[in-house]
Parts: sequence; C-alpha cells; structure tokens
Amino acid sequence: MAAPETSPTPSSLRNAFGHVFSFFILILIGVLAFSIRLFSVIKYESVIHEFDPYFNYRVTQFLTKNGIYDFWNWFDDRTWYPLGRVIGGTVYPGLTLTAGTLWWLLNSLNIPLSVETVCVFTAPIFSAFASWATYLLTKEVKGAGAGLTAAALLAMVPSYISRSVAGSYDNEAVAIFALIFTFYLYIKTLNTGSLFYATLNSIAYFYMVCSWGGYTFIINLIPMHVLLCIVTGRYSSRLYIAYAPLVVLGTLLAALVPVVGFNAVMTSEHFASFLVFIIIHVVALVYYIKGILSPRMFKVAVMLVLSVGLVICCTVVAVLIALVASSPTKGWSGRSLSLLDPTYASKYIPIIASVSEHQPPTWPSYFMDLNILAFLVPAGIVACFLPLSDASSFVILYIVTSVYFSGVMVRLMLVLAPAACIMSGIALSGAFDVLTRSLKFQLPGTSEIFASDAVDTGSESVILNKDGAKEDKSEDSVKERPSKKSKKKEKEKEKEKEKEKEKEKENAGTLSSRSHAGTSSRRPLVLPVEASVIAIFLLVLLVAFYVVHCVWAAAEAYSAPSIVLTSQSPDGLHVFDDFREAYAWLSHNTDVDDKVASWWDYGYQTTAMANRTVIVDNNTWNNTHIATVGTAMSSPEKAAWEIFNSLDVKYVLVVFGGLVGYPSDDINKFLWMVRIGGGVFPHIKEPDYLRDGQYRIDSQATPTMLNCLMYKLSYYRFVETDGKGFDRVRRTEIGKKYFKLTHFEEVFTTHHWMVRIYKLKSPRNRIRGKTKKSKSKSSSTISSKSSRTRKKNPWN
Amino acid sequence: MAQLLKSELVWWRSFNLLLVDLTSQHVRLFTTLKVENNGTDSVSEVLLPFPDHQSKNLAFLTATTTEEKGKSKSSSQALPIKVVNPEGMPISLAWYSASLPKELGKGGQLTLEIRAVFTHALRPFPEKITQADAQLVVFQDSAYYLSPYVVKAQSFTVKLPEPRVESYTKLENAKLSGSEIKYGPYENIPPFSYTPIVVHFASNGPFAVAKDLVREIEISHWGNVQITEHYNLIHAGAESIGEFSRLDYQARPYLRGASAFRHLIAKLPPRAHSVYYRDEIGNISTSNLWGDSTKTLLEIEPRYPLFGGWKTSFTIGYGLPLHDFLFQSEGQRFLNISFGSPMNELVIDNLIVKVILPEGSKDITVSVPFPIKEWQEMKFSHLDMVGRPVVVLEKTNVVPEHNQYFQVKYRFNNLSLFREPLMLISGFFFLFVACIIYTHADFTISKSSASYVAKLQWDEVQTAIQQFQGVMSRCLAIHDKLEASLRDLSRTGDAQACKAARKAADSSLKELSKELKSLLGFLQSSPQAAQILPKVDELVVKEKELQEKLMLKHSIVVDAFEKRSGGRDTESRVASIQQKITALRLEVDDLLEVIDEI
Repeated sequence: MAAPETSPTPSSLRNAFGHVFSFFILILIGVLAFSIRLFSVIKYESVIHEFDPYFNYRVTQFLTKNGIYDFWNWFDDRTWYPLGRVIGGTVYPGLTLTAGTLWWLLNSLNIPLSVETVCVFTAPIFSAFASWATYLLTKEVKGAGAGLTAAALLAMVPSYISRSVAGSYDNEAVAIFALIFTFYLYIKTLNTGSLFYATLNSIAYFYMVCSWGGYTFIINLIPMHVLLCIVTGRYSSRLYIAYAPLVVLGTLLAALVPVVGFNAVMTSEHFASFLVFIIIHVVALVYYIKGILSPRMFKVAVMLVLSVGLVICCTVVAVLIALVASSPTKGWSGRSLSLLDPTYASKYIPIIASVSEHQPPTWPSYFMDLNILAFLVPAGIVACFLPLSDASSFVILYIVTSVYFSGVMVRLMLVLAPAACIMSGIALSGAFDVLTRSLKFQLPGTSEIFASDAVDTGSESVILNKDGAKEDKSEDSVKERPSKKSKKKEKEKEKEKEKEKEKEKENAGTLSSRSHAGTSSRRPLVLPVEASVIAIFLLVLLVAFYVVHCVWAAAEAYSAPSIVLTSQSPDGLHVFDDFREAYAWLSHNTDVDDKVASWWDYGYQTTAMANRTVIVDNNTWNNTHIATVGTAMSSPEKAAWEIFNSLDVKYVLVVFGGLVGYPSDDINKFLWMVRIGGGVFPHIKEPDYLRDGQYRIDSQATPTMLNCLMYKLSYYRFVETDGKGFDRVRRTEIGKKYFKLTHFEEVFTTHHWMVRIYKLKSPRNRIRGKTKKSKSKSSSTISSKSSRTRKKNPWN
Repeated sequence: MAQLLKSELVWWRSFNLLLVDLTSQHVRLFTTLKVENNGTDSVSEVLLPFPDHQSKNLAFLTATTTEEKGKSKSSSQALPIKVVNPEGMPISLAWYSASLPKELGKGGQLTLEIRAVFTHALRPFPEKITQADAQLVVFQDSAYYLSPYVVKAQSFTVKLPEPRVESYTKLENAKLSGSEIKYGPYENIPPFSYTPIVVHFASNGPFAVAKDLVREIEISHWGNVQITEHYNLIHAGAESIGEFSRLDYQARPYLRGASAFRHLIAKLPPRAHSVYYRDEIGNISTSNLWGDSTKTLLEIEPRYPLFGGWKTSFTIGYGLPLHDFLFQSEGQRFLNISFGSPMNELVIDNLIVKVILPEGSKDITVSVPFPIKEWQEMKFSHLDMVGRPVVVLEKTNVVPEHNQYFQVKYRFNNLSLFREPLMLISGFFFLFVACIIYTHADFTISKSSASYVAKLQWDEVQTAIQQFQGVMSRCLAIHDKLEASLRDLSRTGDAQACKAARKAADSSLKELSKELKSLLGFLQSSPQAAQILPKVDELVVKEKELQEKLMLKHSIVVDAFEKRSGGRDTESRVASIQQKITALRLEVDDLLEVIDEI
C-alpha cells in the first residue's frame, strides 16, 4: 500500500496511485452497497421487516439483555404453547451473535444505539463486507480489475438487495458475506498453499455454519471442486492443504454449533465431504509413493493396492449405503431433499411447499433479480475457461450448481447472485481490458488524427479504472511471488531453486500472455478504434442500464417492510399500519399470559411485537401442531372453540384483506390450512371446501366453507360496511352475509379491518330448571354436538 | 398551635364564592374569600382544611391575595402554603395554612383567591359501560364551604361539560340552568358545616391519565435542547366491556364510542423541530404538526382509539433551540424550562423529569416552585468519558397547573465542548499513525533466513527495475520530443530550432545511457534479476536501435529541408525508416509492459 518514498519514479508513483485509487473505489463500493439499501429507512422508517427478522430481533434483544449463557439455555415458553421451544439449541446463532457483539461494542464505546437500530443496519453493513469479499475472491480468480467490477456489481445486485435492505434482519444478510468469504479463503489457500489461510478458511466456515443452514452448499461444493481437480489431474499439495484442514477443523467447529451438533457427521449432507476426504488421502498417498518408488515398482504397487483396496472400499461403501438407506428420508432433511428432487415437497410436505419462497422461480424473476448479469454470465464462463486455473474452475463449478439450485427454489437465487456477479465482473472487465488497450495502443501513434476529445473524455474513467486495475495486478503478482518462492526455498535446495524459478517464470509468462488473451498477443486482436469506442460506449450504456434497474429495484420493489403498507391515492400517500395497530392493542390491553392463536405466519410477529404467547409460529418444526390450528380454522365454530379452548387460547387473530384489497390474507392462505390440517386429521377433507376444484367464498361456495371458522371470523358483520359484502380481493360478493357468532366475540378490529381479533367466549353457565323444555332441548343438542366434536378434537 | 386555635375563634369570613369546574377530568375549585378579622388579635395565617378523601386527590393548591388599592385591582400576590397539623380539630381533615403577607389587624379585610385542583375525584358510575353507552360520572362535595371559621355568606356553582345531568342533590336554593348548577346563597354558616351533595352527569371528555411519564431534557451546547417524553397512558374513565365493533365505531363515532378519545394535542414551544412520535414497535404515522411564532401544536393519535380501561404507551421527542431556554448570569448558566407535560388536560400520576446536563458541568442547583423529590445520577452517552450529570426530579399527581418554569443552574466550561471532537480526531490520528508504523516496520522474526535475504534482494531489484523503467520512459519522451521538433519543422520551417532540439536530445540521451549503464551493471550482478534480465537487455538493444533510426530520420529530414530537395527519394527513405521506427516503438512498448507486469 505504501509507495516507496525514496524513489519517486513515475512507475512507482503510478503503482501507489493505482493502489490508493482502487482502495478508494473499494470504499466507495462499500458506501454504495450500504446506502442503496437505505431506501426502506428513507421511504418508510427504521423498522424490522417481514416475519423471520422479528424473531431474530427478539432473540437479539434477549441476548443483549440476558447474556450469552442464558441465550444458549433459553427455553422459550412464549411460543408453540404448550410445547415451547428450545431457542438456544434450534437457532442459527451467527446473526444474533454478530448483531449482539456489534451492539455491545458500540455501547462499550458509549455510543448508545438501540438494539433495534443495530439490527436494522446489520444487513447493509454486511452487504458492504460481502462486496469487499467478492472483490477479494474475484481478484484471486482473475485479477483486481475483475475484482473491482464484480464488487461493484454485487453491491447493487437486486437479488441480494431483496434480502439485505435495512431492516431485513435475516440470516441471509450475514450468510452471503460468510459464504463468499469462505470461498475466497479457500481459493486463497489453493493459490498460496498456506496453512495460515487454511485455518482462517475453517474459521470462516465455522462462521457460515453459525449463520445459515446454507452452509451445506459450501461443504458440498468444495469437495466437488476437489474431486474435479483430482479427476482432471490437477492434484497438488496446495489442494491438499486447502481441503484437508477444512474438513477436519471445519467439522469439529461445526459440531460446536448446537443446532448442527452431531449432524455434522451423521447426516448425508456432509457425506460427500468425508468421501472426498478419503479420496484425497488416497491420491496423496499414491503421489507420495510414486515419488519414492521407481516406475516399475510403482506399477506393481498399484496392482497390489487396487486389488486389496477395491475390496475394502466396496465393503465400506456397502455398509454406508445400508446405514443411510435404513433411515426413512435417506438421511436428508426435507429441504435438502426438495432441492434434489423438486417435486418432493409438494408431494409429501405441504408445509414446505406452502412457503412462497420455496417455489421455483419464473423466468421474469431471473431478469428482475439479475438483470444484465443473466446475459453476461456465459461470457464470464468463457473467460474463465480461456486459461483454466484451479480458481476459475471453482468459480465455474459454483455458478453451475447455483444455477441449478436457484431453479428449484426462488430463495436460492440469493446464492446464485454472487456467482453471477463474479462471472459478469470477469466478463465485463475482460471486455473493457481488450477495448481500452486497443484504444490506448493505437492512440499515441496516431495522436494527431485520433486524439479526439470525445474519445478521451468518454472513456477516460474506464481507462483510468483499467489502469488502476492493471497496476494492482502487477503489484499483486510481485507481492505473491516472493512468498511463493520463499516457501519453495525452505523446502528445496539452492540449486533446484534456479530451475524452479525458470519453470515458474515460464508458467507465469504463458499464463500472463494467455490471461490477456486478446491483449498480449496484440497485433492480431487490436480492434479498430471506432469499433472499440462504440463497444465501450455500448458497454457503459449496458452497465448504466443495470445501475438504473438496481436503483429502481432497491427503491420500489424491495424496500417495503411488509408490516406497513402504503398506497398512492390522489390526495397523497395512504398508510396502512394495521398490523402494528393490532399488535400494539394486544400488547397493551390483554393479559401478559394470554394465548393468541393465529395462522403460523403471524407467530413471530405476535411474540415479538405483542409479546403474547402463540400456538404456532414461523419455525414450522411441529407439523401436527400447525395442523391442529389449521383444523380449528377450517372447522365449524363450535368445534373450533373446543380445540382452541383445549389449547388455553383466549384470542384468535385473523388477517382479512377484503375491505381494502390486501391479497395475502388468511382467506387466500386458507387452502394450506385445509391441506395441512387434513394431512394430519383426516376428518378435514379438502373436497368439502372446493367447488369445481376451486376455493370459493361467493354464493357458489360449499356449506362447509361458509360455516368454517375462518370464513366467519373474516366476514363477521362485513356485509354492513357496504350493504353487499363485496370482497375486493376475491372480487366477488360473499356467499353468506348475515350470521352471528356464538362462541367468539369481536374485541378488536383495526382501522382498515386488516386484522381482526376475537375473544373466546367463556362457556355459558348450565341452566337448570326454569323453562325446562326449550333450554333442555338446546342444552342436549349442545352436549351431543360437543360429544361428537370431542372425538374430532385432537387435544382430548 | 395555641395561638392558631385562639385566632381561629376570632376570625370569620365575610363572604365566600365557590366555583367548581368539572368540564374536564380535573376538578378545579376556585374559591374567592373575603376575609375580615373580627377578633381582637392580629393574625398572620389562614387555615384551609380539606376532607381526607379530597386531600388525597389534591394535586395543586395556591392562594393569592388581591389587595384593593383604589379602583384598579392589582398586585395579586401568591401566598406560601404549608401543611399544618393543628390540635383539637375534627379528625379526617387535612390542614393547609396560608401565611398572609402582612398581619391582619382587628377589623382588617382581605380578599383571598384559592385555587385547588383535584385529580381522580370524578368516579365513573356505572363503572363498566359498553361501546354504545355514554360515560357518566359522579362528583361528591359539600354544598357548604368547609371551614373552621364562620361563613357569613356563600354561593356554590358547579360547572358541567354538558347539559346532560342524571341527578343532583336538591337542596334549597339549588338551581340547574343549562350546564351549571347553583347552590346558594347561604348565609351565616357555623364552622365545620358539611352538607354532602352528589352530582351525576355525563362527561365524555378524554380521561387520559399518564400512569408514568418520563421527560428527558438533554442539553447540548452545540445549540439544541432535546426533549424526549415517554408516556404510559390509560383511559381512566368507565371501563369498556363487551364487543368492540369497528363497524359501529366507524359508522357512528359519536354515538358508538363517545367515551373513547382518539387524539391528544401537545402544545410545544415555538420553533420546536425534529418532532417524532413512536412507540416500541416503530413510528406511528397518525400525527399532525402545525405551528406559528408563539407555539407549535402537535396532534397525536394513538394507534387505536382508547376506550375506557384501554392502555397504550408511546414516546414523543422534539428539539428546541438552545438560546430560547438557556441563559447566562454571573458565569453560571441556567436552564429555564417548563416542568410538566405539554399535553392538555392530562393527569400524570407519576412524573419523572430528567435534566441531562453536558459532560463536565459542575455546581448544579435546582429551583422548582413546588416541593418535589430530587436526586442526581450519571448517564453515559455519545462517547462520554466521565458521564453526564443528570438531575432527576420526581413528583406524583401532576396537573397542567404544574406547567411552570423551573431552573437548573450549573457551571460549564466552553472548552469541554471540544473534548469529543478532539478525542475522535486524535483517535483517527493514532489509528493512521499505527497503520503507517505497521506498514513500515519489519516484523520478520529471523533476519538471517534465506527467504528474508531473498526478499531484501528482490526489493532492491524491484527498485532498480523501476528506475530502469523511468529511464526508458524518459528516453521515449525524448524521442517524442524529437518527433515533435520534426513536425514543428514542417510547420514553421525553423531548421535552427530543430537542430537545437537535436543537440539537447543528444546530450540528455548520453546522460541517460550513463545512468542506464550503472543500473544494468547492478541488475547483471544481482542473481534475483536473472529472470528479468533477458527482457531488460532486449529492451535496451531495441531502444538503441530505435534511437539510431530516429536520429537517422531526423538528420535525413533536416538535411532534406536545408537542401530544400524535398524529393520523392527522401520521402520514401523516411517512410521506410518510419516503418521501422513504428515497429520498434511497438516492440519497446510491449517490452516495457511485460517488464511492468513482472
């Protein structure tokens, strides 16, 4: 970084300038990554978004209040009543610990930020880190120019923005940084063969395991790459150093995380890494033996080992397969299985299928989330092949696998985004390299004619950028060289060194000449000035289009916190703050120990914002419990009351969008309640709710539908608003307009009717004597009903 | 005490006017007393008793005298009031005594105005109502003024918010007109007369009670007073039971939900800025702000309408310009700011005011016009080292009448202002210094190891190569100059200038070649430079060739120009040389780049 002050020759100054320049570009990229995610704070407010972030926020609050030990031992009795949930053992603690540490650090410096503020801004901060990590990774693959381009692209890729805007306090926010950084350290280790980086790599992997379940992607991708290297004959001691410590240290560290624990060695997700671990040792042994034996002896040894080893291998593999096959899911978790077999979830686990982010993405969503990157990726892949190195083969493998995964689940688009950015960065920087070099090359010779100002000003920044990048590259290779050499020197004798160097030089020469494919072998590939000017202009236009799209996506598409909705009306912005209205009402006007039942989507928010005990929440670990709530919601009033009462529920919360046209309300989610409920309790039959294969709530609806609790709670007295009962989401008049509630009473409805809260009426006193006939009749019908429903009620 | 008793016997009131204002949740009792000393001794105190059930709700009590000087009523004066406990009086009475400014002699007359405010004195009845019901409250008092003195004449007026009255105690001379009930006038009432009256009436005003209110007043000498108020609010009226129907509430808000209140108005000082209104789960968007030069009005609406018994909590905050509230006198600074909440008609059960003074304030004194609990704390905020002194004032049962100014005096050195910026600056300075030291320091453990020596050598080679590159680029620059001189020649025809340029170029090239020699010598001697040396040598050769060609071209052109031959042959010769020159130039550039990349 520091320029040698003694000899201010032009080139050293240029080097220093390039360094400082790229340093500032990196800082600016960080600022860009941070600030582009602040639209949500500016347009709305500094608030936690959506559902899962509320849980993370609540956990962080607990951590900052009670300390780390209480956090590990936390048994949460506010959720999954009456089961509870062991939070410390079932949560990925990376995000929480990160934000908690950040908060603690700031407060010990006497900067009094609230936990909420820290949580809100964790994601933007880490996306800045992620773009820097991308720079490092791409620099390892293709040099600093590509690194800077990739970092700038990642800083604003919409797919990543969608998960890391300010307030989106979710695991992914931190995990993407951890993912890229782990990959960087792996590549760095692979390039240097340094044990130091290998250790750092396993620590980064540990952080990733702490933060996100997606760590299995790393622990499968890296073995795949190692295997690829071995198969293509690229085995080296560097590869061994990059891989073996990662598996050993990484697995040990991963087992420290309570939520992973023994899964790190027991489940099939980790199986590949151990298999490759064995293979790389065998390969290493073979290479070693090859080194000490004469070729003939070696052949004999190979024959011997092959015959014995194959037998052993076969038995071991057979035992393993038998073990794995004995478990019903073949040792894979549901989500992983649905990755391997995209139809698995919809067949067997409706609860996974019911989450919209687990659906496969549509084509437009690729364009929305990646924009021009989708077209630049193939070019990047080609550029990676031109000199295929260990690092570039890794990146290729990364993009190929992540494209597949993103095609299965829309949420994994997030894993694809960094790969796409790296590829596009390589492609773009390569293209700029060729074009600007051909410009630069032709300009001095023909300066009288072609030194047109337009070209200069137009491509000035680009040229500058490239220059900086180039400087970096040269400086970097200079830096790397001595370290490599020193390593070698330690190993080998002085004489061998010379040869080594020569070899290496040749390597470097060929590499560098090839790496500048278009540019090193200049003469044939110099483009005409006009063509390169136009091409540069078009490329800049393309990138500008990307920037415009990203800013638009950040500002318009991905910044809504989803607990506050807005609509543009002629007389200004209209705010729908109904969710918080309801949660605030619950938290202030109900008893601390009251239980609130709602569909599981609202569980996290209810516990975090209203601080009330819920029956089910977004951590969908107990299917039966969720099915119970689904059953209650799809049962008639009386049966539902029985179920809820047996669960000690006092309030029932439903989300209803019919008045203002809020589409993701409970009626639209009702099919999943029926499906999940029916999956466990067979007396709920989906066809009962369907008319012509459709869920309808209009006059065509089935009587079961019109009598179920969800319908009644949603539309109670709805008809009185406009006289017709016109539902603006379903665009139809409701089927049953006038009805009374017998077992529930309305206690609160928000301003736009989006949240309605009902209280379970306490059971009526038994009436004896007086007006015997009518009362006894009614009571007998009630009791008979209750006896009938009792059978249905799963809690008795 | 004996004297008090004695005096009590000889005093009596000449006339007594009572007005009780029940239009809000506060009960405000205005009493005008015309006092005459009918005894023998002159006495300096007037006793004011209240029954216990009232005195526990008594939030505020003042007595002022209005001396009548001629026609103009003026110079009203507040009297100090203290709690006394005279002996021999009827029990379950609380006694207050107001000391007169000057003793009242025999036959002396005086007008006293007493203002008492009670909280929680209106009891909702029925205690639980549904959404559709109006809120009814009960007020109990005595029709006669409770006094240890003889009252000569008195009248009693009860002012109600609405003309709707369910019932009231009908005594003689009681009259209901509109929203006022008048009792009296009654004459010659003996001491300690007590006739209970009960008024049962509709009151739908906001019964907003802040269970707790914490006001934080933070002074920044950079020009801002930041006020943050945390409210914990409850609707203390009749409790709401049964269903809450949003439909009814929206369709007929003044019938179904008349007792609910939907908004509160805070009257903030003028020039209040950066106003916010939020609760623990985020911003509350239903608020309105407007202001003029005398005040700023903030209308806030809780997240949901508050029915009887419903609670909510929220925070409002705003900044005020410092110079409006902080003054200087005798080297001391004093803050002069109002005590209570800016909300109108709010009862505060427990008010805590925290004045956070800037770090480094000393000699803190507080003066508040009424008795309060007071202590000091420390608070650590933005980058504090020793913490900021906090003056905490606590008072229960606060009503809008307590919205008086109070003063906090302290000493503060202006230089302390720069403590934190300087700290930051020095922090970053030392960070950078540490970075510089780190990059320049050598942390190699073994100075004699082979790799370390190699690294040192390599560094030397690198600098040598950099110098070499510098020399080369200077050479190329001279070439460019020569070319330029040729172009000038064709334009201006000044052969002399061209020759001069040639001479200068020759001499500087000679110097450069000398430099080059020493550098090359070094590079050849160094083993580290072995791999780069061929390229360097090649470059040197090429450059030489280029130089020669260039000189050749130069002399040809100049010769041709001088001889004015300008024929085809020279042109073709030059062209052939030019081709070689460009080719050589390209090669040299290539080589330079290759070296650069190494």
